[in-house]
Amino acid sequence: MVASSIAIEEISKELIQTRDLGVTEEGERLVELQIGPTHPGSGHMRIRVWVDGDIIVRCDPDIGFVFRTIEKLSENRIYMKTIPLVERPSLLDTTPMTIGYINALEKLMGIEPPPRAKYLRTILAELTRIASHLYGIGILAIFLGHSTGFMWGFGDRELFVELANQLSGARITYAYVVPGGVRRDMPQSFPDNVEKALRYMERRLKDWYKIFLNNPVIEDRLREVGVLRKNDAVKLGITGPNLRASGVDFDVRVADPYEAYDELDFMVPVAEEGDAYARTLVRFEEIKQSINIIRDALKKMPSGDIIHPQIARMFNPLMKKIYEETRRVKFPGIFASLKPPKGEATARVEAGRGEALFHIVSDGSPRPYRFRWTTPSYRNVILFKYMIPGHRLADLPAIYGSLDYFPPEADR
Amino acid sequence: MASQQPQASQQRLALGKALEELATRLSEHLKGVATKVEADKRSMVINIEVDRSRILEAAKILSSLGFDHVKSLTGVDYPDKGVIELMVHIGSYSRGLRRIMAILRSKLDRKDPRAPTLTQIWPSSEFQEREAWEMFGIVFEGHPDLRRLLLPEEFEGLWPGRKDFEIPTRKAGEAEEPWK
Repeated sequence: MVASSIAIEEISKELIQTRDLGVTEEGERLVELQIGPTHPGSGHMRIRVWVDGDIIVRCDPDIGFVFRTIEKLSENRIYMKTIPLVERPSLLDTTPMTIGYINALEKLMGIEPPPRAKYLRTILAELTRIASHLYGIGILAIFLGHSTGFMWGFGDRELFVELANQLSGARITYAYVVPGGVRRDMPQSFPDNVEKALRYMERRLKDWYKIFLNNPVIEDRLREVGVLRKNDAVKLGITGPNLRASGVDFDVRVADPYEAYDELDFMVPVAEEGDAYARTLVRFEEIKQSINIIRDALKKMPSGDIIHPQIARMFNPLMKKIYEETRRVKFPGIFASLKPPKGEATARVEAGRGEALFHIVSDGSPRPYRFRWTTPSYRNVILFKYMIPGHRLADLPAIYGSLDYFPPEADR
Repeated sequence: MASQQPQASQQRLALGKALEELATRLSEHLKGVATKVEADKRSMVINIEVDRSRILEAAKILSSLGFDHVKSLTGVDYPDKGVIELMVHIGSYSRGLRRIMAILRSKLDRKDPRAPTLTQIWPSSEFQEREAWEMFGIVFEGHPDLRRLLLPEEFEGLWPGRKDFEIPTRKAGEAEEPWK
């Protein structure tokens, strides 16, 4: 015992923090816990926490378990094949990601989609935003042991997944956004179905508030837990609803409008408290705003083409026939060797979890020379290191759930 | 719709003008530090090129002007020129600057790419510098915790982000044939 205590004195405080087996101030051993990577709730990441009693003194997020090397893969693929590639990591809101990639590509090519395509893209992006928030809230609910919220979240999400299916022909991975437009026009029954779903969701949100947000147990678990102050949020470069819950009014849809967002009527919900409850509240309010956006977009939907005329001109007679009869775009074979001019382009979008940035370096060949992509979860993962220490171990799931962190999206 | 179209293009013109003004203002602030300040109207970004030794200085000036966080930090490998370009996307959450981004670029020697860490100025760059190190081998001097982020512990081989990295099943630079 004596020998070990001398050894401990020789270790500087800084080193204790970086050693696997540290000690507390009273001379007791810190316990290192490994949460994940196969934890049923934590998804595909490992969180290493060092606890003193049940207070977390250090937290080290270990990510990369679902690292798919998308940036490297895209260097070996033609531009069109990267469209489904960027959808894979962020399965819950795939459309914003494809919009970002396509926007960067369109900037390189110097084309802009027709207005109707912009509106269709916006509607699908908002549908997936609602679905993504419902998923996040469902996961938070099951973390807190509120299994009704989990079932409701996933059940209500089904509606929006089904609507996306009607519009794009796929439930999750749409690949709906293509250079110069979208793949297909909306079916005639679509606006009515959307209106039905939106009305249901508005009714349902009142129940959600009753059973989840105003539930005293949920309030106790979330209020004043995981407080992120405005200054820290800005300093750490946090993004999305997590940023807005800390009182920073920043949303790419307003700050740097893309697609049809500058013509649509909506608000950006902001909360001041910065705790887990505020983050959840902001997500609920964003669902309401997404409902407004979809309604407004359907009302203002312009008629006309859904693909850029420059691309439509390359259609062969059969493609033209399909396009005119069924309003579906078949891509000309020349896109297999699509060569955007030399240069660089940057685009950013507001995905469900925050800002995603896309940067393409083109050298004039059919494949991107370098494709850089940062996702909101990737930028938010730093919070695990700086926000969690000081909390009780039992608060970890609540904070994790309130961040709506999605490991595959962070790893890319 | 027809009436909105010219309005949108007018708006874009005004924005482009504001961006150019900002670029000239930035180049005054960065006089002697940056070798090139250039506005890119297409992407609404300002490209700032600096020498390796002036990165910190430029970062301090940009941070004092209101660019408060790093959106992306990475390298771009150019084996034929013998350089790895450090590319840092910087943004701001303040109302006046939120519309634009700045890209801080610096050419590093490919044989020994070293750069000062930006974590003291922008703590948001911490994890991104770890990624840039494991992918491109850029050593960030003064980084508090420079270790692997995404790669598995048992991964062998150096700098998978670089162009000459060979994937075991595929030769370097070999790509699939798109027309097959």
